[in-house]
Amino acid sequence: MATMLSPDTQTQSKAGRFGAYGGRYVPETLMAALEELEHAYAEAKADAAFQAELDLLLKDFAGRPTPLYFAKRLTESLGGAKIYLKREDLLHTGAHKINNALGQGLLAKRMGKRRIIAETGAGQHGVATATVCALLGLECIVYMGEEDMRRQELNVLRMRLLGAEVRGVASGSKTLKDAVNEALRDWVTNVRNTYYILGSALGPHPYPTMVRDFNRIIGVEMRQQILGKEGRLPTAILACVGGGSNAIGAFHEFLSDLPGNDKVRLIGVEAGGRGKTLGDHAARFEGGVPGVLQGTYSYVLQDENGQVSLTHSVSAGLDYATVGPEHAALHDCGRAEYVSADDAHVMEAVVKLARTEGILPALESAHAVAECIRIAPNMPSHDILVINLSGRGDKDMGIIARELNIQGAQGH
Amino acid sequence: MAIQFQHHPGLVVYLSAGDTGLTPRESHAGHAGGAVDLSLTREIALAAIDAGADVIEIGVPYSDPLGDGPVIQRASERALLRGTRLVDVLALAAELRAARPQAGLVIFSYLNPILRFGLPAFVDAAAAAGVDGVLLIDMIVEEAGEYLAEMKRVNLAPIFLAAPTSPEERLKAIVEHSQGFVYAISRTGITGQQKDVETGAAALVERLRRWTHWRGLPIAVGFGISNAEHVAQVGKFADAAVIGSAIVELIERSTEEQAPEAVSRFIRGLFTQGLHRQHEVQALEQREPASL
Repeated sequence: MATMLSPDTQTQSKAGRFGAYGGRYVPETLMAALEELEHAYAEAKADAAFQAELDLLLKDFAGRPTPLYFAKRLTESLGGAKIYLKREDLLHTGAHKINNALGQGLLAKRMGKRRIIAETGAGQHGVATATVCALLGLECIVYMGEEDMRRQELNVLRMRLLGAEVRGVASGSKTLKDAVNEALRDWVTNVRNTYYILGSALGPHPYPTMVRDFNRIIGVEMRQQILGKEGRLPTAILACVGGGSNAIGAFHEFLSDLPGNDKVRLIGVEAGGRGKTLGDHAARFEGGVPGVLQGTYSYVLQDENGQVSLTHSVSAGLDYATVGPEHAALHDCGRAEYVSADDAHVMEAVVKLARTEGILPALESAHAVAECIRIAPNMPSHDILVINLSGRGDKDMGIIARELNIQGAQGH
Repeated sequence: MAIQFQHHPGLVVYLSAGDTGLTPRESHAGHAGGAVDLSLTREIALAAIDAGADVIEIGVPYSDPLGDGPVIQRASERALLRGTRLVDVLALAAELRAARPQAGLVIFSYLNPILRFGLPAFVDAAAAAGVDGVLLIDMIVEEAGEYLAEMKRVNLAPIFLAAPTSPEERLKAIVEHSQGFVYAISRTGITGQQKDVETGAAALVERLRRWTHWRGLPIAVGFGISNAEHVAQVGKFADAAVIGSAIVELIERSTEEQAPEAVSRFIRGLFTQGLHRQHEVQALEQREPASL
């Protein structure tokens, strides 16, 4: 069991371990499917034709490569480090989630599975999955917590327009964790004909590895682009961490940079919510302890009896009780740093980015912007910060308008 | 004490520890902190044993029961609202052991509450309580190295689940590491009732027999087994039947005062009607072998 394994490595060990973390803790019924998936993914990864098909879709359908944009006015306004934005928000469907959905959608088709299920929190993964299913002609069922359906209604409408069936989940806190439970219950029941497109670098092996691989392109492009513009690597990369797929996608290409002058700081930003009390946030590395949730061993927000805690965040996509196992390993070995941004600072970050750069970030991505706003002013001007701007904020306009008291047609 | 099936088919009964149903006594409704009163679960378990249950699976309530259907989800939620903890479940096990020395007692849990308690501390406490075995629904054989070592240290029986989807090499490993009995899942899916026992269940048991046969390790079939007819069907090919959601739902619908007697009557009904039914099923099968 994982509890006694030493978290001594950032490289992946066998059976989907990242140091002590990861693994497979699932009902036996799913094991054959996970083994089949692991095998099929290994074959696809080695197949040049699969990669070529995916690359073409990423380019012509999703819009890769995404720009690395120098945020001049934000940089000047903060008066410290030079700030770049990796514009994943410009991708088709509005977030990095399409990278993974395209990869897994093609894999599902290759495996001959025509019934697709997915979970979604903010709805971005659900929209990406519904989009890919429309593109590939696959049946699509998306599980979404009722609370998330309420606060991300626009994405519910988008999924339905795209032909997906959105199934509301009323158990627990009616958010992402409960949607994953329900998706797993569906999968365990319909495992023989169903492919589960898990949306983050979470869950049982091989998902954390596979989802990370499909998002690695973010860091690969980022590295080339920053070397092209600056001739050197950034001082730090900032990314929000819910499950952690955009962050691990941005970080992974930089992990092996040796410590020393060239070492790129990797900073993951969790949801600080409305306070430090258990239940008021989703900062797993501040309030969590290692445990097993939804198939993987990682940091879990839980009470002293091992019951998983409720979480809170203004952003549905970060409102989740556990974190991808590779982040847990990177945390323990110190290669990446994890901090949190609270709801109030996130709202300030949304306004700041909107008004200095004309860019409306998703509430999730605004967590990374908030941390940038905190640290950039104290950094010298030759330092470089890259924010992985994982998604755009159109979906959040209702929440943002309410929080900031912005008036619509009825106002002034 | 050991897990032994006195009947054919043997009967395993799952109870959600700490659940008092939809109409709890006033004194049982709230969460007062500290030790939780599990006297209703104890009374029901004793009634079940006395009615003929060979093994009681004592279910540890969990916040995220992803292998369970709505009935056990609801029971877990109610038990957690009352504040039921693993330590309370272990205390309940000790009481049951003291009251019924011959009954088989199995702790049925998701992994996380056990990890939080501490694996070595848990197996020590379970052994001290007189528990016979442990079944962890989200623990697979490949991840079980330390769990198995700890279980062996205190001589507790690990019970693994086998699924219709499990390939041969997995079934072999599942049987190799299981003691007491091996739990065959009747169908792909979560816990909960179904109309018929699926034909896949018999096929799975037959595949398992290849590996259990030489050890004489019993095979219990569970998931969706909810009435005498199902028990009789299971008795045709397996050693025992597991009944969970049907009894949990019966408890949900009963008042606390009625619940132990209702469960007792239900179980006695399984045996009398079951044996009768089994006879009928055999007669039917002789006429129409393909219908099963």
